[in-house]
Amino acid sequence: MALDQSFVGRSYPATAPYEVGREKIREFAEAIGDPAPAYTDAEAARALGHPDVIAPPTFVFSITFRAAGQVVEDPQLGLDYSRVVHGDQKFVYTRPVRAGDRLTVTSTIEAIKSMAGNDILDIRGEVHDEAGEHVVTAFTKLVARAAGQEG
Amino acid sequence: MTAKISYDDVEAGTELPAQTFPVTRATLVRYAGASGDFNPIHWNEKFAKEVGLPDVIAHGMFTMAEAVRVVTDWTGDPGAVVEYGVRFTKPVVVPNDDEGAVIEVSAKVAAKLDDQARTVRVDLTATSAGQKVLGMSRAVVRLA
Repeated sequence: MALDQSFVGRSYPATAPYEVGREKIREFAEAIGDPAPAYTDAEAARALGHPDVIAPPTFVFSITFRAAGQVVEDPQLGLDYSRVVHGDQKFVYTRPVRAGDRLTVTSTIEAIKSMAGNDILDIRGEVHDEAGEHVVTAFTKLVARAAGQEG
Repeated sequence: MTAKISYDDVEAGTELPAQTFPVTRATLVRYAGASGDFNPIHWNEKFAKEVGLPDVIAHGMFTMAEAVRVVTDWTGDPGAVVEYGVRFTKPVVVPNDDEGAVIEVSAKVAAKLDDQARTVRVDLTATSAGQKVLGMSRAVVRLA
């Protein structure tokens, strides 16, 4: 069943702050095998002009995707999450995420489309720091495959 | 932000150093823990096959994270990335053997965007087992 178009433009309440820990950044950098010193060494990060260690560009997805759960699990929207695959992902940064950030995410449904029985949902996650300054926006396209379709 | 590559030194067509990234089951378990994405298609072969996949597949976000390393290693400052987007076109299939899979990433400067902001668009190509795994993979980077 196609998703209700009237949900386009709907925003969900900002999430509780997520505090970015330097050891979490280190764990993530190690998990992607990236030895760049800016992720683990505050001196190296400062030499590049950052006030503290920064996170790899895709680190913030863990935070924005959790926030997108408000949309995905909205019973009124009725998305069948068991059929959902990640279609596209994009980030637009004002600055890199860094250790000590307390980040909130506001999720908005940007678009709902139906193509060949698939439901396509575009979610925008605006990430702000404790001062209310914009840090990054995550654009996530989810595709709920038509029932009975494999792969 | 202090990229080590100067805007004046690049032009459309400038190639970035290509890299290959190995992925094993252990890599995926580690990424699952670090990212919080515990979807069993990324570590449970039985489950993956039940939902119609050929085998366990890598997290799309893992592939996205690896691909941009070609850009961040090139600029020297990961904070120089001002925009980054991909389309997940094919999964990276990771067999349960000593080899796992390999993600091959190449990239080139597609266009110089803004002489004032010193931004360029970099187009990336990521393949695994001869298949293109990312489409529309583009980063906008602020150079020195």
